[in-house]
Amino acid sequence: MAVGLEHFLILSAVLFSIGLYGALAKRNAVVILMCIEIMLNAVNIAMVAFSRYGHLLTGQVFAIFIMVVAAAEVVVGLALVIAIYRSRETVDVERIDLMKW
Amino acid sequence: METGIAISFWILAAVMVASALAVVWLRDIFRAALFLVLCFFSVAGVFVILGADFLAAAQVLIYVGAIAVLIIFAIMLTRETQRGSPSGRFRFIAFLVGLLFLVTVTLVVVSTDWHAITEIPAEPTTSSLAQALFSGESGFVLPFEIAAVLLLAAIIGAIVLVRER
Repeated sequence: MAVGLEHFLILSAVLFSIGLYGALAKRNAVVILMCIEIMLNAVNIAMVAFSRYGHLLTGQVFAIFIMVVAAAEVVVGLALVIAIYRSRETVDVERIDLMKW
Repeated sequence: METGIAISFWILAAVMVASALAVVWLRDIFRAALFLVLCFFSVAGVFVILGADFLAAAQVLIYVGAIAVLIIFAIMLTRETQRGSPSGRFRFIAFLVGLLFLVTVTLVVVSTDWHAITEIPAEPTTSSLAQALFSGESGFVLPFEIAAVLLLAAIIGAIVLVRER
C-alpha cells in the first residue's frame, strides 16, 4: 500500500494530540515545554507533507520559520522556568500561583 | 522504491508515536527528554522520506543539537527529577480534548479530496529553498529579517531573565 498525503497528515495529527494532552495534563513546566516542542514538530510534518504533495516550496519555508520561532520560544521558556525555580523552589505549574487572584 | 518508502514510513511512524507517548507517560523526566530526542530523530527521518533534505539536516542540528541539550540542561538545573512528572487535576479533560482534536482532524483529512501530486520531485531542495526565501518579488526577506530580530530579542531576554542579581 502506497503512502500518501493522508498518512502524513494523520501521523501529524496523532503527534499533535499527544503533545496537546501532555501540555494540558502535565504539572512539570519543563515537561510542558517538551510537549509544546512535540506539537511544533507535528505541525512541521504537516507543512512539509503539503509542500511535497503540492510541489510548492512555501511549506518548507514556513517550516524553517516555525523552527526559528520554536528555538526562541524554548530559550525564553526555559529561562523563565529557571528564574521561577530560583525564587520559588518549584517548577510545578499548580504551585506557581503568583498571578492568580 | 515505493515499498521501501512505505516500510520506512511505518517504522518511523511507530517509533515517533511510541517515543512521544513515552515522553507523556514516563515519570522520570530525564528519560522523557531522551525519548524526546528519539522523537526528533524520527521526525528528521520523515523529512527525508518527504524529500526535504535541508529541513532534515536543520531538524537534527536545531532540535537534537540545540533544543534537546537545552531541555536537558534545564532538567539538571531545576533538580525536579526526584519528584517525576505527575499529571494534574485536569488529566481526563485533557485526554478528552486531545481525543476530540484527533478524531476531528482525522475525519477532515479522510473526507477531503486533496488533489495531491504523487510523482516525486527528485532534485535536492537546498538551492531552490534559498531561491524561494530570497527571490526579490515573492521572497521572504522581510520575515527573515524579523526572525533575526526575534532571535536577538530571545537571546537578550534569556540573559536578562537568568542573570544573577
